[in-house]
Amino acid sequence: MATAEKFGQALLAIAIFVVLVGILLFVAGKFSGRRGDRAVALVFLGPAVLGLVIGLIYPAIRTFYESFFNAGGDKFIGLDNYSNIFTSSDQLIVLRNTAIWVVVTPFVATAVGLVYAVLVDKSRVEAFAKALVFLPMAISFVGASIIWKFVYDYRFASPNVNQIGLLNQIVVWLGGSPQQWLLNKPLNTFFLIVVMIWIQAGFAMTVLSAAIKAIPEDIIEAARIDGVSGIGLFRYVTLPSIRPALVVVLTTIGIGTLKVFDIVRTMTGGQFDTSVVANEFYTQSFRANDQGLGAALAVLLFILVIPIVYYNIRQMRASEAR
Amino acid sequence: MSTTAAPVGVTGAAKTISMQATKTKKRLTSPWASLAAVIIAILWTLPTFGLLITSIRPVSDINSSGWWTFFTNPAFTLDNYKQVLDTQTSGTTLSQAFINSVVITLPAVVIPICLASLASYAFAWIEFKGRDFLFVLVFALQIVPIQVTLIPLLSLFVKLNLAGTFWPVWISHSIFALPLAIFLLHNFMKEVPRELIEAARVDGAGHVKIFFQVLMPLLTPAIAAFGIFQFLWVWNDLLVAITFASDATTSPMTVLLQNMTGTRGSSWFLLSAGAFISIALPLAVFLSMQRFFVRGLLAGSVKG
Repeated sequence: MATAEKFGQALLAIAIFVVLVGILLFVAGKFSGRRGDRAVALVFLGPAVLGLVIGLIYPAIRTFYESFFNAGGDKFIGLDNYSNIFTSSDQLIVLRNTAIWVVVTPFVATAVGLVYAVLVDKSRVEAFAKALVFLPMAISFVGASIIWKFVYDYRFASPNVNQIGLLNQIVVWLGGSPQQWLLNKPLNTFFLIVVMIWIQAGFAMTVLSAAIKAIPEDIIEAARIDGVSGIGLFRYVTLPSIRPALVVVLTTIGIGTLKVFDIVRTMTGGQFDTSVVANEFYTQSFRANDQGLGAALAVLLFILVIPIVYYNIRQMRASEAR
Repeated sequence: MSTTAAPVGVTGAAKTISMQATKTKKRLTSPWASLAAVIIAILWTLPTFGLLITSIRPVSDINSSGWWTFFTNPAFTLDNYKQVLDTQTSGTTLSQAFINSVVITLPAVVIPICLASLASYAFAWIEFKGRDFLFVLVFALQIVPIQVTLIPLLSLFVKLNLAGTFWPVWISHSIFALPLAIFLLHNFMKEVPRELIEAARVDGAGHVKIFFQVLMPLLTPAIAAFGIFQFLWVWNDLLVAITFASDATTSPMTVLLQNMTGTRGSSWFLLSAGAFISIALPLAVFLSMQRFFVRGLLAGSVKG
């Protein structure tokens, strides 16, 4: 396909949908009055709802169904795929890694984001300082993985070989011997997690910084009159005030971490005991061609998201009721 | 979201208090605090900076010494960028993949905006039975991990004879974006004062007129916020692309770079330049439209 042809197709696709909106609006304009409202709602919601049913709801149900079938998808095997996930040693490592990711990433990323937001708050270089930590959010996970893979780069240690990865060079400067950070288990998982923390801290900082700035000035002044300052102010005034935002940040990063795929895929491909559920789904579905197990892993991912979302909604309700 | 837990006693605070306040602020930015902030800032920029420096060094330098030696022994070249654009990896080149990234992203941003603005208008300003239930349902669909949809969607696209074209990526990105898009645009539409809509209605304006003449001008910042979000999401996506656009004619840069880390894992002269070519556009968009992005981020994550 030539470049011009590709752009032609893209423009055609855009045109189709813009014209569709025009037609639907025109049709909607023909209805009038209170009774017309239902018809208009139907016309406006139709395409989106149709898309969601075909593209999200139907496939999700279909995947759930397929998770009870074997690798080829032609023989019903009940819960075997699920029991496989919770018993086979390979899959247990996947579950362990996923647990480590979901526990470590949200808390460390949020802590870094919060500390940084507090430290640079109202300083002269605040906007610039924030942009530095914020920038990784614009970088793709693949790009970030390449950036960090280079930091972790390893050269066989010998007198005439220089390390070109920063981390190993620092180790050498400190008198140590270079390590294969991405190969040595089980620590390699943590070196992957660093990449996710690096990306997500900017998100935490932005949301928490906005929450800190929203704390009413008189609350802070009232606390100061009572002699609270520094760490005390942070502990007894700032933290309780931004609690709702903290919950949102933690759960949002938690959900994002649960679905992390790109980083593992790019840095190790899930080898050397670094796979997580989202990556294992891809490996089983598209590389090992085990449709049933892949489907079961996807369903597991869905199930794992639910408690985090539930907690999030409950906290949100609680803070609104206050 | 209100946080008025602490009792508020002082309103007419004297000047002495605000002077005290500035003093405490100063104390917070003590040398140690500044040091901590600087360390975080360095940790968050140095890795990217290192790769950027690497991308402009000659191959022989890259492979024989660390990027930090660039400052004592500077040698500058753009050859890596030239070379990576034309290097064949699994049947395609980065320049072709760059074009594919653009071709994938444009419709994948515009289509959901079209569909979601219609839907969110209906949710915000038209009364109909089951509206709240339907809205909560659409909102809830945000939590569905796209992994559960990929295989059935893939076989659907194959059945429809769309495999190998851009349509599978466009359609799936558009659909996956709908819940968030509808939610965000709905929130902004709701903020439009009811009187404005009522007044237009009294003047005899239909939905079409209200939509284009009253709401659209007010919605531009919201659409911009979502547009930037969706652009970054699609441009940076690997999972959807690797599933629906993995062949040479359609694969975007993320897929190609991911491939390269596997097959050319130690060719840092190619990887560094390639990574920066893929990072450049989102970084530029992000920096120039940060205001919209932050607004969208806060609206999407903090609002209930």
